[in-house]
Amino acid sequence: MARNSVGRELPGQIAGYGPVLPFNGHKARIPEGNCAGGRLKAAFNDRTDKTVKDIREAIKASGLKSGMTVSFHHHLRNGDYVVNQVIDACAEMGIRDLTIFPTALFGVHKALIPHIKSGVIRRIMGSVNGPIGQLASEGGLEVPVVLRSHGGRPRAVISGDVRIDVAFIAAPSADRYGNLSGRIGRSACGSLGYAVTDADYANCVVAVTDNLLSFPMTPVSINQTKVDFVVAVDSIGDPAGIVSGTTQVTRDPMRLLIARHAAALIESSPYFKEGVSFQTGAGGISLAVAAYVRETMKARGVKGSFGLGGITSFFVDMLNEGLFERLMDVQSFDLVAVKSIAENPNHVEISADWYANPWNAGAVVNMLDAVVLGATEVDRNFNANVNTEADGALLHGIGGHQDTAAGAKLTIITTPLLRGRIPCVVDDVYTVTTPGEVVDAIVTEFGVAINPLRQDLIDAAKEAGNVPLVAIDELVERAHRMSGPMEPVATKDRIIGVVEWRDGTVIDVVRQLDK
Amino acid sequence: MKLRRTMLYLPGNNPNMLLRGWLFGSDGLILDLEDAVSIHEKDSARILVSRILKEGEFGDCEVTVRINGVDTEYWEKDLEAIVPCGIDGIRIPKVEGPETVKAVDEALTRIEKAAGVTVGRTKICCLLETARGIWNAYEVAASSPRVDSICPGGEDLTADLRTQRSDDGVELEGPRRRVILAARAAGIDAFDTVFPRINDDEGLVREATFIKQLGFDGKSVIHPRQIPIIHSVFMPTEKEITKARRIVEAAKEAAARGLGAVSVDGRMVDAPVVKRAQFTLTRAGLSEEVQ
Repeated sequence: MARNSVGRELPGQIAGYGPVLPFNGHKARIPEGNCAGGRLKAAFNDRTDKTVKDIREAIKASGLKSGMTVSFHHHLRNGDYVVNQVIDACAEMGIRDLTIFPTALFGVHKALIPHIKSGVIRRIMGSVNGPIGQLASEGGLEVPVVLRSHGGRPRAVISGDVRIDVAFIAAPSADRYGNLSGRIGRSACGSLGYAVTDADYANCVVAVTDNLLSFPMTPVSINQTKVDFVVAVDSIGDPAGIVSGTTQVTRDPMRLLIARHAAALIESSPYFKEGVSFQTGAGGISLAVAAYVRETMKARGVKGSFGLGGITSFFVDMLNEGLFERLMDVQSFDLVAVKSIAENPNHVEISADWYANPWNAGAVVNMLDAVVLGATEVDRNFNANVNTEADGALLHGIGGHQDTAAGAKLTIITTPLLRGRIPCVVDDVYTVTTPGEVVDAIVTEFGVAINPLRQDLIDAAKEAGNVPLVAIDELVERAHRMSGPMEPVATKDRIIGVVEWRDGTVIDVVRQLDK
Repeated sequence: MKLRRTMLYLPGNNPNMLLRGWLFGSDGLILDLEDAVSIHEKDSARILVSRILKEGEFGDCEVTVRINGVDTEYWEKDLEAIVPCGIDGIRIPKVEGPETVKAVDEALTRIEKAAGVTVGRTKICCLLETARGIWNAYEVAASSPRVDSICPGGEDLTADLRTQRSDDGVELEGPRRRVILAARAAGIDAFDTVFPRINDDEGLVREATFIKQLGFDGKSVIHPRQIPIIHSVFMPTEKEITKARRIVEAAKEAAARGLGAVSVDGRMVDAPVVKRAQFTLTRAGLSEEVQ
């Protein structure tokens, strides 16, 4: 057993995962050597059409066999049909023991559960939401789930920690020679940023589209040099589940109050000046923070440099109002964002590697001034948990949480003090996803706790006078008082989930629930 | 000289809001047992509100409870549950004349005595939600030393007037003028009714500006987002602040020199004007200058 720097006891080896490198600080691990790479390929003028008849044909052509690793992206979110279609076809073809390596799974992928139970899928490396998370938490997978951040995932691919045998890339548009785009087509999803590294490094790349066009198609997100086969299907997804119309700012007074405190903190910081950059999620509180900051930018005549992340209509409006010069978009959240990325050259598509990978020559997160994040719980040491719920079950992926927290100069986590009667500011989080050393402030409706490591921010907030500062211990104690004592989660020893820090070291593990 | 610009209604059946209402920065809170609570939840809401009054936090807010009307079977039970908790005041809905106040006043005295609460501590705000109530505004305002404020109704009152609420509120103009007159004649405060369109910021600014000009001390509020908007309307202008500062400084100087009369720019200033100037500074968040 070793103890990592956030105090988690870790075994030297985890069955089904391999040797454990304990997390030892957010910048501690520096890589050596060269990048890994996919298989060399050759293509000549005797094959000018890469289309194959159907998914089964593509699986056959790709050389996919039992025990291999297949990857998917989640740009189609809860509207995705491709993951289920591919795994159904694998099952029909007798392929088993697959490792699936999605950038994320959604509720719609609960259709994979029978394939997990029957052994078609042996292992999942990627976020497991909802029913699959519950299944994994109850010990329903033979090998532990591996959770990586949006930057940690391309790092794992590029460094060779994960080798992708076949990448299945859902493409809202594709031409017959394998140029792909997410910007057009009836299943348009905007950016294809999560799929880029998979296309670069997989041994075989299969594009699945419902909008097959003649060669050459433009614009191109992933080009023909990466793509081996193209399959046209009736539909790659349900547009209603892929993107929403526009994203609405919350009207919940409590969330607005938290957002107002977070906005005041940003505005009090030394980073709120000409050229400010920021990222917020699409969640209710995050978007409301952006709404308040937007008003202050207008009022004080501050113009920002770029908005980053999952892009919503809200950020598009800010771009169009001149409050940002550019949007850097790894994932487009709504129809307005999809339209904007297709039409506005200042709305730039970026890959997950470009966005967040710590092991390249510089990701965009490093240029970020402020990020507003959520969490299921945070603790006295400013550690944040975004992976497990209060009952100890795996429920969420890491997303860009670790990457933006590590990169941004000001990392803010907004959370209500309690959700229902469950405290969200606790003594010690159940799972550490993001370490307190990269979290600068926790903002609740009962006040703003700034990490004592950031005396500069504390001074700036005091100077501004409108940030309701409170000690983190006071928040924890208030939550205790309001909720009463909580029963600890009962678990078995068996590890069912490994949470990697973005550099591949292990920051925490998740154990099987004892039910 | 406590500010009473905003009195926020909190539904008596919503623990989330009851526990956190004070965080929104209103001057006062109204824990509501009447309209916000359905007939099936009257008992549970009463228990919840009394527990929260005992154990909850309210910051610097004035804490009041809107009880059920005296024409219901609940109002005495409401008083018995909440008055022993030591609240600042109650709101009585649909008051039409002094006899209602008298009945509640007697019950309050009995309950305060039994609970060991200082008799008279629990103040009364009367909601005048009918034409009769508005007509009797002065008699109601002057009916008991407990009555420290009156407030016209909105929806109920316009219905009773056989009209409906309009964007410019012309139908409530008369009642509002009568209420402010009655309140000042009786020497108490006047609150305005709620502004029901929670997303109409411009309409709220218009209405708040109007009632401030009439002389109202503040407004009842149904959504927290209305609070900063109303506070900004009630914020004195730079010119008002400068003038108030000069008056307050002159008064301090006069007091220091043992003079009874205060003079500003060679003109004598009366005590009510000094008091008003002190209040202006308090509203501007400069109460330390008043000390």
